[in-house]
Amino acid sequence: MFHLALRMLLGDRAKYIMLIGGLTFSALLMTQQNGVFQGLLAWTTSHMRNMRASIWVVDSRVEQVNETKALRDTDVNRVRSVAGVDFAMPLFQSVLKARAADGSEKLIQMIGIHAGTLFGGPTQILAGELEQLRMANTVVIDELAAERLGRAAGIPLTVGDTFEINDREARVVGVCRTERHFFGYPYVFSSYDQALQFAPRQRKMLSMILAEPKAGLTADEVANAIRSETGLAAYTVPQFEKSTISWIWRNTGIPASFMTTIILGFIVGIAIAGQTFYSFVLENLRHLGALKAMGASNGLLSAMLLFQAFTVGLIGYGLGLGLTAAFGFAVADHGQPPFRLLPDSLIRTFVAILLISGFAALLGIRKVAKLEPAVVFRG
Amino acid sequence: MITSASTLPDPTTPAVSLRGVVKAFGTGDARTVALKGADFTAAQGELHLLVGPSGCGKTTLLSVAAGTLDWDSGTVDVFGTRLNGLPKSKVTAFRRQHVGFIFQQFNLIPTLDLTENVSVPLLLNGVRRHEAEERSAALLQRLGLGGKERKRPTQLSGGQQQRVAIARALVHEPRLLIADEPTSALDRETGHQIMEILSTAARSPGRSVIIVTHDPRTYGYADRLTEMEDGGIAGVHHGQALRDFISIHH
Ligand SMILES: Nc1ncnc2c1ncn2[C@@H]1O[C@H](COP(=O)(O)OP(=O)(O)OP(=O)(O)O)[C@@H](O)[C@H]1O
Ligand SMILES: [Mg+2]
Repeated sequence: MFHLALRMLLGDRAKYIMLIGGLTFSALLMTQQNGVFQGLLAWTTSHMRNMRASIWVVDSRVEQVNETKALRDTDVNRVRSVAGVDFAMPLFQSVLKARAADGSEKLIQMIGIHAGTLFGGPTQILAGELEQLRMANTVVIDELAAERLGRAAGIPLTVGDTFEINDREARVVGVCRTERHFFGYPYVFSSYDQALQFAPRQRKMLSMILAEPKAGLTADEVANAIRSETGLAAYTVPQFEKSTISWIWRNTGIPASFMTTIILGFIVGIAIAGQTFYSFVLENLRHLGALKAMGASNGLLSAMLLFQAFTVGLIGYGLGLGLTAAFGFAVADHGQPPFRLLPDSLIRTFVAILLISGFAALLGIRKVAKLEPAVVFRG
Repeated sequence: MITSASTLPDPTTPAVSLRGVVKAFGTGDARTVALKGADFTAAQGELHLLVGPSGCGKTTLLSVAAGTLDWDSGTVDVFGTRLNGLPKSKVTAFRRQHVGFIFQQFNLIPTLDLTENVSVPLLLNGVRRHEAEERSAALLQRLGLGGKERKRPTQLSGGQQQRVAIARALVHEPRLLIADEPTSALDRETGHQIMEILSTAARSPGRSVIIVTHDPRTYGYADRLTEMEDGGIAGVHHGQALRDFISIHH
């Protein structure tokens, strides 16, 4: 009987297309919006992947990685003296003004790393050498900086070029690849001491301390020790990611607006699929009644309706996912808008589509269950 | 699942036997008593016509006999099975195996082809799809619809559609064939063709055909005719009495 159930549905071309269309749109909206949202959330912690370190030590009031509250210079040594800390290095970070080769002013994310170890420096050097940062007035810039600070569109800065940061000359000794900064600033790396010279003078200049645990100890254990012995906040990477994302949830409207769209996708799915499937059942009520008279049980008819609904649900899910993937590939090259398709979100959308299909079927099942087989003899 | 000749009931057992059946619809002012203690018997191997003025309860009686409608009091036996107190699922299974239905408006599923439409009762009884379609196509052929197996019902004339509906009602070889005004939507000539087929079907051993009709042109096909009036039975005719009845009403 199930093949006939399918043929009945396919035979009603208009409703079939409407159902598939509604479910596809719903699945697309839910996965695509979730993908952009997850991509955006990933951006919020890109900082940590651009300056790799196991433990991030910050002011106790700092909850997320894109925020800094200056520490005392002496804090570096306090962290170094915590048992279990293999080494700890200072990090300077600040948004500074740079003058591009064409004379325009651009904001950059300045990062100052320890000159001796270059710890926290970029890992993907495309041109030049990171080690050259030890020389005076040098910087390593990322591709975005190279493009933004270039002489003109299409002529990016390269190794050997110069530009100004806060009216001081900076010479490019390397170009690196980074993950996009949450606020979209290009990255410019220099040695810690050099960065302090680029930046306007302030009483406290130390932004963060990056640390590594001794061999045999976990980042968790050592972060705990740093917290309890120094009173500073110390995060492992997963902790800082979680704290950052939680901060975004609590302090910005970003999650709420994405959730609204995702819920809207769900509601659109319910509305279109529910209404279309229900009218399909209503139009076929006479035939469903005849099947009932001929001895089809309520269970069988319900199973047939569920089969029909889940079939269009699966097709809609597949198409929606396909469109989302196409969107993902299209934006992957630009890196804009952010996009990240997680297995989690695929499963959640799948469940949502099943719920929508199940709901649509249920409307029909209620109608069919109440249907008296004797109606078939009434005009 | 499907009854074979070896399990035929005793030929003297009535196909349908209703005793003192009462059926009312609605409550209060809207209450209508459609059957007022009706006694009705249909024998095996006969084509039985049920006639009477509009609203006298013909469809209601047919529905009770077919097991598609609950009644309020009285007893209902179909081929020796008492339907009183039988659980709904058993009644449904009984209909599935032993009752074939023909509707006034044919009630074929327009999105399915003829073979698929006819195969439904077989599929409901657990026959495999391939065999169900083969048997359905063979029956369509016997009813003069060979070559049209893959057509849709809407591509056929009314008479052809009703023949498809008959094929669907007969394909699982039910004991009881039920039809409510099967010829009223058809022209005279086509109506006769349909009655021919139904009266042939009634000759099958262990089968009974009950037809509600308003159409005096069909009376000649009856082995027995029950006249209804106001929720009760006004008379049963067969043999010479039936021939007299027909000559009066024709
Ligand atoms: N579902 C129902 N609800 C309320 N009243 C009903 C229902 N079915 C039948 N009736 C009433 O019961 C009575 C008998 O109806 P029934 O359909 O059995 O008559 P009938 O002899 O088949 O009439 P017709 O020749 O017009 O088809 C009528 O008064 C009808 O209005
Ligand atoms: Mg009637």
